[in-house]
Amino acid sequence: MLHRTDVAKKLRPSPAVRFRLLRAALYWVGFAPAVWVFYLGFTNQLGANPVRTLEQELGIWTLRFLIATLTVTPLRNLTGISLLRYRRTLGLLTFYYALLHFATYMLIDYRLDLQAITADIVKRPYITFGMLALAILVPLAVTSNDRMVRRLGSTWTKLHRWVYLAATAAAVHYLLVVKSWPLEPIVYFAIIAVLLAYRLGKHLRRRRRRRPAAA
Amino acid sequence: MEIAISGIHRLLFSHAPPVRPSEIMPRDVYLNRRDLILGATAAGLSAAMAPRRAEAAQLEASPSPLSTDEEPTALEHITNYNNYYEFGTGKEDPAKNAHTLTTKPWTVKVDGLVSRPAEFDLNDLLKPVTLEERVYRLRCVEGWSMVIPWVGFPLSEVLNRVEPLGSAKFVAFETVLRPEEMPGVGGFFPVLDWPYVEGLRLDEAMHPLAILAVGLYGETLPNQNGAPIRLVVPWKYGFKSIKSIVRITLMEAQPPTSWNKQNPREYGFYSNVNPEVDHPRWSQATELPIGQGLFAKRKPTLMFNGYGEQVAQLYAGMDLTKFY
Ligand code: HEM
Repeated sequence: MLHRTDVAKKLRPSPAVRFRLLRAALYWVGFAPAVWVFYLGFTNQLGANPVRTLEQELGIWTLRFLIATLTVTPLRNLTGISLLRYRRTLGLLTFYYALLHFATYMLIDYRLDLQAITADIVKRPYITFGMLALAILVPLAVTSNDRMVRRLGSTWTKLHRWVYLAATAAAVHYLLVVKSWPLEPIVYFAIIAVLLAYRLGKHLRRRRRRRPAAA
Repeated sequence: MEIAISGIHRLLFSHAPPVRPSEIMPRDVYLNRRDLILGATAAGLSAAMAPRRAEAAQLEASPSPLSTDEEPTALEHITNYNNYYEFGTGKEDPAKNAHTLTTKPWTVKVDGLVSRPAEFDLNDLLKPVTLEERVYRLRCVEGWSMVIPWVGFPLSEVLNRVEPLGSAKFVAFETVLRPEEMPGVGGFFPVLDWPYVEGLRLDEAMHPLAILAVGLYGETLPNQNGAPIRLVVPWKYGFKSIKSIVRITLMEAQPPTSWNKQNPREYGFYSNVNPEVDHPRWSQATELPIGQGLFAKRKPTLMFNGYGEQVAQLYAGMDLTKFY
């Protein structure tokens, strides 16, 4: 056993090392916006309403990583470029940003005023949708390691389809945060709609193909 | 008078020696506060002082007992954190884009149910009035607040000049609409139905706290704050205080108002600051004071933004959860 792994390592050492390096780089690059915006916040360079700006920056980066995660599969199917190995990293970055975003809201904005936070979650649709998205991301992040993938088998695939609901909730959350209908949230909503429509289209095509065969 | 002077005194000397003001606040803010005092107390001196912005002019204003003695928000924040959707929906868009607005010459038409309708050139409108400095709290419907040293005069002075008819019950206001100067009004999804319109009941408009502002921090208004002339109604959410006014119309029926048209469930005609009536998206119980850094503490929002003593009687007997 040991012997065979050693041989494998010797035969193709560079791709594995390269993957590790690239993954590490992705984490570094991925966390850079958060480090930067916290740095600006702590040095009082975030303008008139730094808490809100911090919340918004972390929120928009959560959404961007979520979109990046959802783009991996269509990108591979449509162009052959495969970033599948980095999908987990992108998914985890989404989760970490969502946590930072939520922590900013809880700790800095509302200072753990649990009564106000609970009222917000129940009464304000935009917070309700945000919480829904975060709540879904938790089990997905927890089951994102190799061991869980192996242990859960096909259940893992089913479980991780919940990310579609999380993405929908996140896009709605953004639409509801803003007053009126400015362009950016509509654009983000449209991107997510397209990414989900792609899955739905594929699913429907597969079903249609399967049905005549079964008949 | 006494109160106002002591307020200004406190404003100046709350950071009294041994700490020098320049050590603890941005230089322009500190200079600014000095300008303000000189502008108010030693008119001759202030005239010799150059305004901070090239296009701005120094204004002379007398202090008012209606001012709060709270510490004003820094000029930098008042002029860089704005909602003026004609220039973009981002908070910093107006500061970036509003320089394109031509404010000279400027006329304000006052018409409707009045005996002497008129189209005033801004200079004529201002000629008979005495400018006052009114340091007011401003509470935005989005849950943040500022303290702003406005320079202006009571709205009632303009209304009295045109002599409202007995049938006039409401006052409608309209913001200038110039798509060629306003990058925010075009586009595929107009954010609001332009021009921006607002309204008050006549008795609200006649209230001494309701002012037309032409300046802040002792100088003419920056464009992003609603130059050259805007409404300030401190007991209502900020969006009621319409900017860059070109028309004031007295009416019998309640006039349409922009945010109410956009979303009647979220924005009522009255829109009095009320911590007990939540906006469907935000709690209105607390507010975040602007300009106090990342760890600014939310503070409780006060009924009528703290002006209840002066204005509550305007709403006696009204169910304010219904007339929000
Ligand atoms: C996956 C989960 C989430 C995503 C993708 C997300 C995304 C966003 C986005 C894109 C924005 C707007 C940024 C902007 O205006 O530029 C935002 C704002 C915000 N979100 Fe989230 N969010 C999530 C979860 C949450 C949760 C769980 C909460 C709190 C319970 C929350 C609270 C807020 C708040 C308070 C704002 C700022 C609202 C304002 O501007 O006043 N979000 N979020």
